[in-house]
Amino acid sequence: MSARLRATLLILPLVVFLGLFFLWPLWMMVSTAVQGGTVRLAFPQTAIAIASWNGNSPPPAPLQAALVRDLRADTPQERFGDAVRTLNSQQAGFRTLLPRTARAVREAGEADVVDLATVDPRWGDLAYWLALKRSMPAYTDANLLAAVDLKRSDDARIEPVESDFAVNRAIMLRTFIIAAQVTLLCAAIGLPFAMLAASVSGWKRNALLIAVLLPLWTSLLVRTAAWLILLQDNGLINQTLRAIGLIDSPLSLIYNRTGVLIAMTHVLLPLMVLPIYASLIAIPRNLMPAAAALGAAPLQAFRHVLLPLAMPGLLSGSLLVFMVALGYYITPALTGGAGDQMISSVIAFYATGTANWGMAGALGLFLLVPTTVLYIVYNRLSRTPLVQT
Amino acid sequence: MSGASIRPGGVAFNTLRLAFGALAVAFLLLPLVAILPLAFTDSVFLVYPITGPSTRWFGALAQSQAWTRAIVNSLIIGTGATVVATVVGTLAALGLRRELVPFSGLLRSVFLLPMVVPAVVLGVGMQILYARMGLASSYLGVIIAHAVLCVPFVLVNVASSLASIDPALERAAASLGASPVKVFRSVTLPLAMPGILTGAVFAFATSLDEVVITLFVAGPNQTTLARQMFSSLRENISPAIAAAAFIIMILTFVLLLAVKGASLYQALRKRQRIEIS
Repeated sequence: MSARLRATLLILPLVVFLGLFFLWPLWMMVSTAVQGGTVRLAFPQTAIAIASWNGNSPPPAPLQAALVRDLRADTPQERFGDAVRTLNSQQAGFRTLLPRTARAVREAGEADVVDLATVDPRWGDLAYWLALKRSMPAYTDANLLAAVDLKRSDDARIEPVESDFAVNRAIMLRTFIIAAQVTLLCAAIGLPFAMLAASVSGWKRNALLIAVLLPLWTSLLVRTAAWLILLQDNGLINQTLRAIGLIDSPLSLIYNRTGVLIAMTHVLLPLMVLPIYASLIAIPRNLMPAAAALGAAPLQAFRHVLLPLAMPGLLSGSLLVFMVALGYYITPALTGGAGDQMISSVIAFYATGTANWGMAGALGLFLLVPTTVLYIVYNRLSRTPLVQT
Repeated sequence: MSGASIRPGGVAFNTLRLAFGALAVAFLLLPLVAILPLAFTDSVFLVYPITGPSTRWFGALAQSQAWTRAIVNSLIIGTGATVVATVVGTLAALGLRRELVPFSGLLRSVFLLPMVVPAVVLGVGMQILYARMGLASSYLGVIIAHAVLCVPFVLVNVASSLASIDPALERAAASLGASPVKVFRSVTLPLAMPGILTGAVFAFATSLDEVVITLFVAGPNQTTLARQMFSSLRENISPAIAAAAFIIMILTFVLLLAVKGASLYQALRKRQRIEIS
């Protein structure tokens, strides 16, 4: 067996495993976001009939008859429910309209011609028919548009949703702001810390490195729980500040942005320190003395020698922290208030709370794309491995 | 000149450095140090000062069916995920070793992707996939989902220990007449073992700590220790959480120390062997 074939066979199990259980689920999430199939599946005859309706005139009799036939058909309850949910998200009112119409057409005899407008006057309103038509294509951009607070109007133009419902853009913006704030905080602490660790030696350096590695090895949940305890109103930090007389009443440090930033900075700081340290440790020891010998003031030497050499580490650390921070869910969910939740929590709400996988998938795509792009950039720029042991 | 002491080596500069170092280390370690003693409080509140030592909260955990079940689940799922991830990860690391396969670099990047993709995104996808495959709310489903996240840790650790093996050793064994299988079993595998073990421990620790994907794919019967901790942190903070945190920390550190100890022991033995010969 050739060496190349053997190598391929060794990799194959992982390729199959990740293909099946990593790439395929991601693909399914993306395709669920653009699939408009639920309404089409529940109303197949209507789907065909509505294609030839131009949307300006009242719906013709064959179209109405097709809808009646679809409503009479033995559609599984779950499929019907999915379709109603999708339609209702397009046009409020379908949630009551469709079950009521379905009941009425089933009660009427097979031979009777049902006039939908007499069952419910809403069928006289073109908006409902247009929503039905809009929901029919096999693929739809409705979820993707809704994820950025846009929608298609009745004449298929893209327009912003009512300001009451426009929350997604604000949450996305907030996610990026929190991730950027955490990255800046990590850089502000991480750069001097890595410089300190690189400038000392022996047990001091070991102690500083262990201080970075211990939290990295500790469970994320344990660390978040610890911050909950430390930052409470009568937690250790408020107690200490009160004991030394700095404050009279407790600072509110938790269930707000402060808590989120403190906990996330703590969780992600090691990811900043280690790449910077790795790039600093590669700098020849005599470079700074050489700069000094050539007459550079310490600040000058720092700016022109050390900082440029530390830059690759700082850049990959920042990319890593920002990328990981974007997708955070646990820490903001536990330490933040309602106004500090990030995009992940909205996705989790859609997926587990309302079973609206289309929306969860669309928002997930808006999180997946920036993360993947940042990862590609990180891979290009950095030789620091993602895992430190 | 007062500015002179701000220069590196100056008194003020050194004081500043010391203060910053101490503060930063305190920030990094305070949470880990602060939560452990609270596991042994006898109060019903998670606050300092501790009124008296007691193991009542460990007792409370042991008596609560939800917590004991969660601990058992974590061990089952962690073991399963570790086995799956270690086997496929180690094989792949061996396959990627000499970069014989086209696009080795690209493959490696894709294999590490599970570490970067937001857990919520993967969770949504897995939930949809599992609903169709009938894996939802099953142990197998949770084990597979965790294994996906654990694979990169195995891959990175095994790859780095393979990279540190001197190819001359394998060539020497082969030139002395050992078959490829024999070379692998008596030279490559023992030398790679510390990396495989470290990878396995990181895999287990990752599974132990995973919450988000578990929220999406696990049913009530597969609640893990971490997920149980997450939901109790949302409801009411009691010292039982500190006790659970204590258990998680001890589990992780014992495992890590075991691996570090094992690789140290192996290094010592290797040196002994060289000295004897």
